[in-house]
Amino acid sequence: MRTSSTRRDCLLALIVFALIAVLPMLWPSRGMSDFVIRLAAFGIFATSLNMLVGYAGLESFGHGLFFGLGAYSFALAMQRLGTSIPAALVLTLLLSVVVAGIVGAICVRLKEIYFAFLTLAFQMLLHSLIIAWTPLTGGDQGLTGGVPRPPFLGIRLDQPYHLYLFSAGLLVLCLLGMRHIVQSPFGYTLRLIRDNPARATSLGINVWAMRLAAFVIAGAFGSIGGVVMSLFVSGAFPDFAYWTISGEAIFMIMLGGTTLFLGPVAGAVMLLVLNDVVTKLTEHYGLVLGLIILLFALGLRKGLADYLAELWRARSAQRLAMPLPAAAPFAAPSNKLSGE
Amino acid sequence: MDLPALANCVTSLSCIVTQSTSGLIIGMLLFLVAAGVSLIFGVLKVINFAHGSFYMLGAYLVLTVYGVSDSFLLAVIAAALGVAVFGLLFERLIISRVYGSQVLMQLLVCYGVILILDDLVKIIWGPEFKSLGMPPAFQKPPYLVGGGVVPVYYLFLIVLTLLIALALGLAITRTRLGKIVRAVAINPGMVSALGINTGYVYAGVFMLGGLLAGLAGALAAPVRSIVSGMGLSVVVESFIVTVIGGMGSVAGALVGSLLIGLVRSFGTIGFPLFTEGLMFLLMAVVLVLKPSGLFGREG
Repeated sequence: MRTSSTRRDCLLALIVFALIAVLPMLWPSRGMSDFVIRLAAFGIFATSLNMLVGYAGLESFGHGLFFGLGAYSFALAMQRLGTSIPAALVLTLLLSVVVAGIVGAICVRLKEIYFAFLTLAFQMLLHSLIIAWTPLTGGDQGLTGGVPRPPFLGIRLDQPYHLYLFSAGLLVLCLLGMRHIVQSPFGYTLRLIRDNPARATSLGINVWAMRLAAFVIAGAFGSIGGVVMSLFVSGAFPDFAYWTISGEAIFMIMLGGTTLFLGPVAGAVMLLVLNDVVTKLTEHYGLVLGLIILLFALGLRKGLADYLAELWRARSAQRLAMPLPAAAPFAAPSNKLSGE
Repeated sequence: MDLPALANCVTSLSCIVTQSTSGLIIGMLLFLVAAGVSLIFGVLKVINFAHGSFYMLGAYLVLTVYGVSDSFLLAVIAAALGVAVFGLLFERLIISRVYGSQVLMQLLVCYGVILILDDLVKIIWGPEFKSLGMPPAFQKPPYLVGGGVVPVYYLFLIVLTLLIALALGLAITRTRLGKIVRAVAINPGMVSALGINTGYVYAGVFMLGGLLAGLAGALAAPVRSIVSGMGLSVVVESFIVTVIGGMGSVAGALVGSLLIGLVRSFGTIGFPLFTEGLMFLLMAVVLVLKPSGLFGREG
């Protein structure tokens, strides 16, 4: 069963990647390819947050820590160390694993609200470090001067189409990796811990260690989102580590819903489109976005995809519960059977 | 890190006095905000992430009323009452609808409100930094204590806030209303079974929180620059204070705020890059040693 579903996921990923790869030939537009790159960054980031929120039940409000960390450490590794892109990627992953290990070790044993705010506090700590450490990070001006993009393995990220493909490839690979993790026994252990930590403990599961592992994995994936962003803007800015990044990611997973694996990606699409439309129409972006958030959060109170799924389930349950109409008596069951 | 500078400071009386006073007023202003956050958290189990926006509103309201009436006292009262009413509306219309939801949903709602308020403030008052200037009543030569400078306004602020802290602590521990609030914090179902409308208590706690945060913003206006988004660091610090002091405890909020204030003012000398880090470090130490906070009850 598992191998077949894994094979199905891989196949699906390949098809999606192929479709994305040919898209620019059918629809050559700078706006479209920029959108896909941004979607890659936020799709990876939001899905990694949903690993925590939706699967492990860890409601982090400071996941932007890893977005900022990923962007800055990748950009700095490229600028200061002059490494190759894969090496910088590995360095970034290592750094975010270490940071996530330390932050997670302190945070994951805390209760909900404490956990949410403590993660936020750590994110704000990174933000203030970035602002203060001007010689290294460029302070509030951001890390400018461009991120060098030396070619590797025949991939030349200084060319728009290569960058586009590379980002889409990272998106697909990361989604596949995360999908594999949440469908693994480890992923089911996380769901058990989310639903009933006491039961998990009584079964001999080390809840703290499992939560920490989830936090570290999500942090590492989240930092890849930051890497894509820093490649896209060719730099890194303090906003990447600001709390609004976490807020936006939360809105994305709330928009898309936490129960479906691809929900956060759908949410990322919706929020990015919304972003583009609103910023084109008005300069009061915060006002409009805030109103939409309120309408949405106070009206639906759950993810759009979750809401639709529930609606669907309720309707089919209603249909099942309905008494059989008089016009379809038991008299002619053979017709029905043969009809199917 | 600049440890020699810190060592120089703690060996000179004038530096100690100057830094302590500035630390105390940071702490006092923070206390007014944190007390509300802590009370709301203690009673409703909800973190009001938009509390920093209450503080910001207080500062802007005082700016406008002072500009119109030219009376600082009137402006402060108007700002505090205005934000209290806003707190009431916020509780009734918005946050009461997500009681019992996921924490992230509550935070998301607050995020929406913060975005709206930050933008509204920019539309109404403009995006640039504003400052109120010292009201004439406080434009007097500062006191000199051991060579250190203590402005009159700072002294006023410290005394006023201490009085408020005292009144708040007495109100919660000694009065009937305070008893009801504490009872709701522990067992709202039982309180409501005894015939007390807990909805009023929730609304009242938010109003009180708004009043204090508005007051903090108003009192901060002469000594801080006023800008859209000024509330965020305050609300994050308030949460640190709540963790350090223990939720729902007025004494804890006061001690936590003063600790943070002093860490900030001395930290800027010794660790200019890492002042915020020191606060988080302090919080982490408290969480490890005493998870319920310095003044919190166990469990």
